Amino acid sequence: MRPDLLIKNALIIDPSQKTDRVADVMISQGKITRIGEKGTVPVQKDSIIIDVAGFVVCPGFIDLHCHLREPGFEDKETIATGTRAAAAGGFTTLCCMPNTNPPLDTRATIDYVKQKAEADGSVHVLNIGCLTKGRQGKELTEMYELADAGVIGFSDDGDSVASSRVMHLAMEYGRILHLPIIDHFEDNDLANGGVMNEGWVATRLGLKGIPAAAEEIVVARDIALAKLTGARLHIAHVSTEGSVELISNAKEKGIAITAEVSPHHLTLNEERIMGSPARKNKYLTYDTNAKVNPPLRTKKDIAALIQGLKDGTIDAIATDHAPHTSVDKLCEFGLAAFGISGLETALGCLMNLVHEGQLDLITLISKLTCEPAGIIGTKHGELGTLKPGCQADITIFDPNKEWVVDSQNFVSKGKNTPFDGYQLKGKVMVTIVSGNVIYHDTSIKIEGY
Amino acid sequence: MPEKTLMSPVDIERALVRVAHEIVERNRGAERLVLVGMQTRGVPLAHRLATTIKNLEGIDNPVGSLDISLYRDDLSSLELKPVLHRTDVPTDITDKHVILVDDVFYTGRSIRAAMDAIMDLGRPRSIQLAVLVDRGHREIPIRADYVGKNIPTAKSEEIQVQVVEVDGEDKVIILQPEKEVIDEND
Amino acid sequence: MKTIEPKSVTPIAETFPPPSISSWNHHHVLDLDDFTREEIELTLEITDAMSEILTREVKKVPTLRGKTIINLFYEPSTRTRSSFDLAAKNLSADTISLDASRSSIAKGESLIDSLRTLRALGADVVVMRHSQSGAPYLAAQHVNTSIINAGDGWHAHPSQALLDLYTIRRHLGKLADLKVVLIGDIKHSRVAHSNIWGMTTMGAKVTLCAPQTLLPYGLADFTNQCHIPNISIEPRIEVAIKEADVVMPLRLQLERQQSGLLPTLREYIHLYQLNEKRLSLAKPNALVMHPGPVNEGIEISLEVAHGAQSVIEEQVTNGIAIRMALFYLVAGGKSNET
Repeated sequence: MRPDLLIKNALIIDPSQKTDRVADVMISQGKITRIGEKGTVPVQKDSIIIDVAGFVVCPGFIDLHCHLREPGFEDKETIATGTRAAAAGGFTTLCCMPNTNPPLDTRATIDYVKQKAEADGSVHVLNIGCLTKGRQGKELTEMYELADAGVIGFSDDGDSVASSRVMHLAMEYGRILHLPIIDHFEDNDLANGGVMNEGWVATRLGLKGIPAAAEEIVVARDIALAKLTGARLHIAHVSTEGSVELISNAKEKGIAITAEVSPHHLTLNEERIMGSPARKNKYLTYDTNAKVNPPLRTKKDIAALIQGLKDGTIDAIATDHAPHTSVDKLCEFGLAAFGISGLETALGCLMNLVHEGQLDLITLISKLTCEPAGIIGTKHGELGTLKPGCQADITIFDPNKEWVVDSQNFVSKGKNTPFDGYQLKGKVMVTIVSGNVIYHDTSIKIEGY
Repeated sequence: MPEKTLMSPVDIERALVRVAHEIVERNRGAERLVLVGMQTRGVPLAHRLATTIKNLEGIDNPVGSLDISLYRDDLSSLELKPVLHRTDVPTDITDKHVILVDDVFYTGRSIRAAMDAIMDLGRPRSIQLAVLVDRGHREIPIRADYVGKNIPTAKSEEIQVQVVEVDGEDKVIILQPEKEVIDEND
Repeated sequence: MKTIEPKSVTPIAETFPPPSISSWNHHHVLDLDDFTREEIELTLEITDAMSEILTREVKKVPTLRGKTIINLFYEPSTRTRSSFDLAAKNLSADTISLDASRSSIAKGESLIDSLRTLRALGADVVVMRHSQSGAPYLAAQHVNTSIINAGDGWHAHPSQALLDLYTIRRHLGKLADLKVVLIGDIKHSRVAHSNIWGMTTMGAKVTLCAPQTLLPYGLADFTNQCHIPNISIEPRIEVAIKEADVVMPLRLQLERQQSGLLPTLREYIHLYQLNEKRLSLAKPNALVMHPGPVNEGIEISLEVAHGAQSVIEEQVTNGIAIRMALFYLVAGGKSNET
């Protein structure tokens, strides 16, 4: 019999129940059994007690968008290392993208990942299946079969579905599954060869840019198709003001659309490529750690994204965790791989917005918990909540703890982060998955762990 | 640093006149001479010698200036590089007598560098060296053909030549070290 | 303050003006964006001394004897590479030219590894040309051998801009307040970019003349954010070139038309070719310059390219002098950065 777990003096913020109070939480047999006023929760004899005074306790974070690289790119990350990194970042559920090698476009490959996650994974792993065979953008995958295998959505992420006709078919065919289609919003023609945002920084650095319109064109197209077909559309990693506007208008018209934004798009702009505030550079740098798709945009875009979070245009925050080896990143900017290893810095850099007064804590937590849970649905259980009776997936963090990002200490194999050397304020202290403490900061001692 | 004047403007004038006479005497006239002053103060001195020689013999000899920074033997050990001035020798020196003119003759290394530079410009008939002050302490077997004044010095002392064209006045001073420590500057 | 000790080598500084290149602050020469006015002045002055050497019969001085300079060219180039090569040889340095397509680089060796290898071979200076913008910056970050950028992607070509500045000053006596017109593919031209930095630093006024598809994106923003004064844009050549002191058409690469940035070469020639009629709108003693190689009949007419106002050939000669000056500044002394 697993010992019970009592979390004492928790400042519980659970947007799903609109809770914001100090209480004790009792976990038994992997479920939350009771939340009660300090001292009112009865404790079993050999229960493990964690005193989290000063910390925030909330439902475990859910990441709608991350890349675990297995199968095929195990040098960049594996399900084992990726899920451990997730735990270190406070994420108890991951939705992993299917752009692996081979891509996850059949039941067999999805089942492989499920098995691996079962065996090696430290947190819950949910699957997103490919939209088209081989992610080629030509023929649809067996969407019903994949749905049966448990995918929570469909995506060719990494590539846009270039053909409007194919996207139309995908939406029509899969509509009654009520699973979101997640397009990668990038017009290939306009974006082709671009390596960062089209703007004055690209001119300064002599690099080919990806204009904001490249994203907005596909967003507009897919919204029109979603309107036409009634299918569910989910906008991954929104990055521009124009996209936010399009999504807002679509929602007003009642189109079934949801959207996510990444922590790096909320906090870094294109100037970060030229140099890091955490390092004194004598010469210009071309920092490949800031090379990501969609690219870091402008301050104006950031303001629009934050506003979009506040007014509900953007439903969720997802990391788009994209680990790469140093070989892929330690090279000329134009040749470097796109992507940021973001699981372990997500909370820290998002808390920046809270500390600066740009976003309130409850909104932030809802975008990481109940809102993504709402997009996933209840097929895999009730996620993103601390309701008694539910699975005990809990994140405990210290909103004021200051720490310095050191990528060499990352749990993830991917050390590619633009936040290296940054001083952040806000850190995950304990992560509990199905009632087990999967991660705890070294400064906390927990009996038995 | 305490300084003492060793040559007044009149002393300098007399020395230069004598040197000009010696040059004419040694070369049996003033034909086929080229006076090349070493940057910086050797240049005005070369001009003065040329003028005096013209007054003596009526012959106008060309005067050039030589920057030897590119020929120094100590570039690798310098923290900062010397500012380069353009070398300007307005005539072909092949078959001429080149009179190198410098203000202070010390270790001899700059003259060695100057000779390398001269050889790169042509094949002179002879190279002769005229200096205003010889302060001794040669490190290379080079001698001066014409010396304005011999001033034996200690290595710790410093000789400074000032000329009106560069410094506003003519004088030669010696700077002695202070008792204990010396500001190792410039 | 130090106590003086007998030294085995006495520097011959006493017979010289004291060494004083304190305004030079560069271990690498990557672009002109971080050159102060003083540094550019200094470089031009030293170039003057170097060009005298090029008039001699024996164009050699022993200054960089024993130093090794390696040309690392990832993009083919005869003129720039030869220019750097000759500059190094004139200073008595040992030089090697590496052609990327035929070396280990083609076999997949990474840029940083290649540079480490060169450093281990004893390179004092590496001259680098690369098709990727930022490549020399990556090199400079990871290896402390001096890097001179001979052109990176669309980004910069500092030695070309310096030789342009030198050439202009030689003829017109100054740089401040001159009207300089750059015509053509500004967007993809590293020469134009470095010239924009260099010329505006020296007080010249730069006019960019090109069709919109060949202008860099966000130019107004760029000049604002980077505090670059005195830049204007004028797409009509007849207006742009009025009273110009310097006219510099840029090479139009044929692939610009092929990739659709221009409808036809014919239209470009019709609108932008520098011909005698258009040149007559500039000042009578205006200089005609070109970074080379010239596409005669396209961006510039044959007559103008070989006309009396053209200093295109002199630019090539000055290029060697400028590169000698850069080598002297970067390599002719103790490396003062670890």
